Amino acid sequence: MLKDYLTISEITGPLMFVEGVEGVKYDELAEIETPTGEIRRGKVLEIASDKALLQVFEGTSGIDVSTSRVRFLGRGIELSVSLDITGRIFDGFGDPIDGGPKIVPEDRIDINGNPINPYSRNYPLDFIQTGISAIDGMNPLIRGQKLPLFSGAGLPHADIGAQIARQAKLIREEEEFAVIFAAMGITFEEANYFISDFRRTGAIEKAVLFMNLADDPVIERIATPRIALTAAEYLAFEHDMHILVIMTDMTNYCEALREISAARKEIPGRRGYPGYMYTDLATIYERAGRIKGKKGSITQIPILSMPEDDITHPIPDLTGYITEGQIFLSRELHRKGIYPPIDVLPSLSRLKDKGIGEGKTREDHAGVLNQLYAAYARGKEVRELAIILGEAALTDVDKNFLDFAETFERKFISQGKNEDRSIGKTLDIGWELMAALPEAELKRVRPEHIEKYMRKAYST
Amino acid sequence: MGKIIKVSGPVVIAEGLGNARMYDVVKVGEKELLGEIIELRKDKATIQVYEETSGMGPEEPVLPTGQPLSVELAPGLMGAIYDGIQRPLNVISSIAGDYMTRGISADAVDRKKEWNFQPKLKKGARVTQGDILGVVKETELVEHRVMVPVGLEGEVIDIYEGLAKVEDVIAKIKTKDGPKEVTMLQRWPVRIPRPSKEKLHPEIPMITGQRILDTFFPIAKGGTACVPGPFGSGKTVVQHQLSKWSDTDIIVFIGCGERGNEMAEVLLEFPELKDPRSGLPLMDRTILVANTSNMPFAAREASVYTGITLAEYYRDMGYNVSLMADSTSRWAEALREISGRLEEMPGEEGYPAYLSSRAAMFYERAGRVITLGSEKREGSLTVIGAVSPPGGDFSEPVTQATLRITKVFWALDAPLAYRRHFPAIHWLLSYSLYLDDVENWWRSNVGDDWRSMRDAAMELLQKESELEEIVRLVGVESLSSKDRLLLETTKSIREDFLYQNAYHEIDTYSSAKKQYALLKLILNFHGLAMKALDDGIQLKDILALPIRGDIVKARFVPEDEFKIAFGKIEDGMKVQFTRLGD
Repeated sequence: MLKDYLTISEITGPLMFVEGVEGVKYDELAEIETPTGEIRRGKVLEIASDKALLQVFEGTSGIDVSTSRVRFLGRGIELSVSLDITGRIFDGFGDPIDGGPKIVPEDRIDINGNPINPYSRNYPLDFIQTGISAIDGMNPLIRGQKLPLFSGAGLPHADIGAQIARQAKLIREEEEFAVIFAAMGITFEEANYFISDFRRTGAIEKAVLFMNLADDPVIERIATPRIALTAAEYLAFEHDMHILVIMTDMTNYCEALREISAARKEIPGRRGYPGYMYTDLATIYERAGRIKGKKGSITQIPILSMPEDDITHPIPDLTGYITEGQIFLSRELHRKGIYPPIDVLPSLSRLKDKGIGEGKTREDHAGVLNQLYAAYARGKEVRELAIILGEAALTDVDKNFLDFAETFERKFISQGKNEDRSIGKTLDIGWELMAALPEAELKRVRPEHIEKYMRKAYST
Repeated sequence: MGKIIKVSGPVVIAEGLGNARMYDVVKVGEKELLGEIIELRKDKATIQVYEETSGMGPEEPVLPTGQPLSVELAPGLMGAIYDGIQRPLNVISSIAGDYMTRGISADAVDRKKEWNFQPKLKKGARVTQGDILGVVKETELVEHRVMVPVGLEGEVIDIYEGLAKVEDVIAKIKTKDGPKEVTMLQRWPVRIPRPSKEKLHPEIPMITGQRILDTFFPIAKGGTACVPGPFGSGKTVVQHQLSKWSDTDIIVFIGCGERGNEMAEVLLEFPELKDPRSGLPLMDRTILVANTSNMPFAAREASVYTGITLAEYYRDMGYNVSLMADSTSRWAEALREISGRLEEMPGEEGYPAYLSSRAAMFYERAGRVITLGSEKREGSLTVIGAVSPPGGDFSEPVTQATLRITKVFWALDAPLAYRRHFPAIHWLLSYSLYLDDVENWWRSNVGDDWRSMRDAAMELLQKESELEEIVRLVGVESLSSKDRLLLETTKSIREDFLYQNAYHEIDTYSSAKKQYALLKLILNFHGLAMKALDDGIQLKDILALPIRGDIVKARFVPEDEFKIAFGKIEDGMKVQFTRLGD
């Protein structure tokens, strides 16, 4: 029999103290019953003797100190899982909101998970084709990797996220991904876009959606990514599925973290974010990966919007130190009307080297990647020079590169929102563009590949 | 036995622990999670717990062990993979599966394995702390020297020979407090440096075979270095090269708060790496300590001490040990998190005020020493710490605290890596304060003018960066021929000397002598060319000399041929310049 406590002593922001409690454990889940009979959930943040500090997920409005009741449930936050969760939509706490039946749990799993033993990890090696040239060709995503989208307000990260979710597949095995989508504090419209896109393409059959919207309780966001990743681990490592987890928007998650930290009067780190944010984010991002002897995998694409497009802001900065690279969206390209506006120069996929090349994608992939990268970098330099000196002052070779940068953006980077390019097609476009450069400048591709692939591009 | 009164994340407060001392290890809660006392107030003890504390609450028991956090020292350490508190990850994965579940304990070294103990002393010998009782072949590459434990002195009254497990008694020593039994397994508290007889001045360079490091920014055996690792700067390759080629006997690698996949790469790749000198697996002389960013941060804080204590133990046997910690920024962050939970007054950016003193204490454990024991063994421990400055900002506290104490700075530079210059260590930003110390070694082992050549080359590179400014503004045509020659020479220094291909079988390693000879070639050419310009010879004629092609190829000449080959180039150079003069 659970005991009801009527001993709330203090409520501040999302936090409250309950006194005179017995047997309460750290990180335990509690239910709070408001005077109107509504049930809220909270988590024990600190327990000192008989005084428990609770973080209330659904907010504290409407809770009073004299008549609200608190019950401690004797367990942490758990997610009910079974194979039936696919195709379903849940709220940020894992309760169904699509009108369907409750999940009959096959298992209940603590959402905090446990760190993967580094010894048991398997290194990510397999290329995932997203069908987007700027990613596949230049910053390939590898199965088991965590590769965030660094975006900003007003940029089409939602479209890109949905497109990746739709198109991602392994090319060697004809296997598709099941998508787990975790929304944290995004707007109804954005959420609706994802849901209807998933419905339209049928992807929803294999997707699991966890929705915490902008008007949903802020503190619930702390649980949402963990709930989503618990579902992912269950499907990947218990049921051998390949899971792509899309989490948007991590900035909202971090802000919820900051809110709790401020309410606890903790000493703030940079820009008011708590000092433990690195570790906290690591416990989320590090749940991506592969495990030796298991067939499934978890690949993460967290989306975060950089305040003021500032990459040194603590959220992208700490994220970048944990994740294996980043895909960087550029406002400049977006203004030019290029979709997807991925700036390949600051983007990086740290695991690419092991996932591309002969037997994985194509033998010329690394060379093409390096050559396109170098040529585009040079083209952008020339572009800046041209602004100062005027185009007339450029040498012929420089003009060549200037044109290259332009066509690279228009033909290689730019593609349709529903265009699913194979990696072969992506590389062929690359060769086609390189053909416009003097052959003496193509130092990063092998001569035999020029022979084999560029001639082909010419002839078609 | 005490009991818990407060739980707040990994920080637990307990009371009733009686005479517990600071930094004693306690077992916390019903799951008996390991923790360490980090604060005492009357009978209340603040404990930092090394595992996740979910589900723990007041009234649960706390068991004192009366011991500070210690590591086990015995044969069987080599090739092991530990977490931050010396639990073997491979054993844990076989007990607990793929995840680090709580409350698992496993012996750091195998208790059942038998080692062939060969005594070095006879019955009746007088021994003092640090004397070698006997040896065990730990791996093909490492002879494990079993020492008389610190604090023990007396007469050997019994000594064993043959197969023994680590807990078996291998010797008995009659001390003034009565006879003491000695096993191969010994313990040492991680936060206390292992003693040595005398600290020596570090004056012998650690030869890494990497030209930019050895010739330009040398580190001495027993020295300390700091490497910043911005995104994509090729830090991993540099670390691998150092592990493979450094002339040290033992490597300890600490992965501290880094990515799981990156650690997986190290764990999968290190066993594949071959020791280039013996062709045996590098793991035969390596210990890995891995505590990824999502593992409990209290254990991350401890991991650097665990690693350095293991390193000191091998140093005490008389080995040259190198320790790499990647990244000490994550260690400092763990320190900050714990400090925050203790509600301490923060210093800069929330880091505790004692950050720099803790960092200094850690790096100070490096050094070249005369070890304990009567035979005056010499050992060294070289520490190379990586830092990860947030936003690439070197002014942040961890980088600054590290730079104040370390003496070598290898500035890994992302723009250089983008230009595909490897190792991407920036020659103008890096420095070494060991130049004066190691000069004697170079003088007596390699060549008299090593220092003056190195300084001359640095001066040229410095000049180059000034000239580049001018070139950017007014173009290369406006430079005098001497300046243009200088730019050609520095290009040669950069491309034929500093650039080194880690994947080329010969270029991957240059002996000190070859480095010296190669730099000499480049500088001699420069000297002759300057003189030729003075004699009125055209720059374009000098640059067209075929001998320049030979200099470009010089770094690919194998070690056993370079003396003759370089001599030929030297002669050819003189002949071709003389011909120009005619």
